[in-house]
Amino acid sequence: MTSGTDKPLTKNIRPDGSVVDIRAYEQAGGYQAVRKVLHGGMTPSAVTDAVKDANLRGRGGAGFPTGQKWSFVPLGKDAPTPTYLICNADEMEPGTFKDRLLMERDPHQLIEGMIIAGFAIEADVAYIFLRGEYVLAAERLSRAIAEAYDAHYLGKNILGSDYSLELYLHLSGGRYMCGEETGLLNALEGKRANPRSKPPFPPVVGLFGKPTVVNNVETLCCVPHIINHGAAWFHALGRTQDAGTKLFGASGKVKRPGLWELPMGTTIREILEEHAGGMRDGVTFRGLLPGGASTDFVTEEHLDTPMDFTAMAKIGSRMGTGTMIVLDDQTCPVGMTWNLMHFFAQESCGWCTPCWSGLGWVERILKSMEEGKGQQGDLDKLASQANMWGPGATFCALAPGAAEPLQSALKYFRDDFERHICEKRCPWR
Amino acid sequence: MLSADEISEIEAEAVHYPRRDAVCIDAMRIVQRHRGWVSDESLHDIAAHLGMSVTDLDSVATFYNLIFRKPVGRHVIMICDSVSCWIMGYDRMREHLGTRLGVGLGETTPDSRFTLLPIVCLGCCDRAPAMMVDDDLHGDLDVQKIDRALESYL
Repeated sequence: MTSGTDKPLTKNIRPDGSVVDIRAYEQAGGYQAVRKVLHGGMTPSAVTDAVKDANLRGRGGAGFPTGQKWSFVPLGKDAPTPTYLICNADEMEPGTFKDRLLMERDPHQLIEGMIIAGFAIEADVAYIFLRGEYVLAAERLSRAIAEAYDAHYLGKNILGSDYSLELYLHLSGGRYMCGEETGLLNALEGKRANPRSKPPFPPVVGLFGKPTVVNNVETLCCVPHIINHGAAWFHALGRTQDAGTKLFGASGKVKRPGLWELPMGTTIREILEEHAGGMRDGVTFRGLLPGGASTDFVTEEHLDTPMDFTAMAKIGSRMGTGTMIVLDDQTCPVGMTWNLMHFFAQESCGWCTPCWSGLGWVERILKSMEEGKGQQGDLDKLASQANMWGPGATFCALAPGAAEPLQSALKYFRDDFERHICEKRCPWR
Repeated sequence: MLSADEISEIEAEAVHYPRRDAVCIDAMRIVQRHRGWVSDESLHDIAAHLGMSVTDLDSVATFYNLIFRKPVGRHVIMICDSVSCWIMGYDRMREHLGTRLGVGLGETTPDSRFTLLPIVCLGCCDRAPAMMVDDDLHGDLDVQKIDRALESYL
């Protein structure tokens, strides 16, 4: 185990908002992990094993083990070619604002992670799939990619090695569906971002039918540090078995909304009370969505749960993206659920019936409740819809994701839903 | 007709993909950057340039919310209507914009100065409520801040 900072992902980030350019990145020890891999005689499988040993799990929200995903890609002379690596930078999960920071402020960290991940899966071509609204990130990534090509970290025979990688930036045309792994592949092929049937899974049949790994920005940013400092160091960063650090955030009516790199397994209470400063004066905590719109609400009784993939699943929710959205007593839980269902209904691609049909129906029911036109039986309809959305009933996770806040809102805020129906009005209006 | 600049920008992106039609979204974004939107004529020209059918290209164009198939004003306001901004006062910000500009969501002012559109979460949740005007992100909005911001877009 070698020493390293306890905040590897954000250690270079400057308070003034400026970008770390290639010189500053190198001076801070950047691109040493690429040298270690390419000049230190590491094989692709050795890199994958290092990431597996570190127990790096996908930071996009699903938490799939990264090294395992890489190991599904066929390697060697007989493997299909080209192989693709894609960075999913389509940060669009409502309430999520973590990848923006990493790309705008320290873009070379992401590029270095992509070179190493690319080497591990023997990728020939890599894309950063960036949402179109992230204009500053696009400018800074473009410049950083050009700097990396000039310094021979990208292109043919990187740093004189046998490994070559082309890296391109793609700006999305919009839509939440582009963040879904196979929807993203279709979007990058110039098609509508409908999801694909799985299997086959992208590591075997992905972009243009070739082996493809799709990893989130924050996931890829962890990779250089794992190579530099080792799996044991990465484990030691976390407080629970889910290793490493995590960018946690809070938004809503807290005193200090923001983003913090903290040990994996930091409790919800510590993030909410110490880092976000607790609730604003005059409002009371009622609940929160722990990691984006498609995670189940948790309430006061859950605040001492460690934020990691394992512990959050045990309390019937998910860590998701780790950026929590806080509900206070001055905000209507039915209105908030309506806002969430409006989002999911709007962003449904229209491919699967439970999604396009059910989400629209649920949105209309919630709207009518907010307008004082709720009826007896509405809550049963809402619950039965949430049940029908899967998982397993649709091609992708959009509708199952929408079910999470809906079913948990019905569970924890049932009295508020019933008041809307009985009083024929929204008590918060 | 696509301009020489548009064609050269499209071709610079097209080499990033093994199939020519894969660049179609980039191509529409490029044309939109030059002309503000993607007209039927532009759609035909792009489809012809990439060897695609117009119908296929339009099915792609209409899927993506950042590709405009109707004319927009000189400046496009995209106000975030997702959950964190909603909690922090989206409704009031939208009402203020609507009153000040005299338009609803999806509409353009009669002087063609502004188009007002809703947008999903802009990843600015710690500075909610938020909006984008053209390429600029504006966070921590209140009505005064919106008024001041709009004055700089002529």
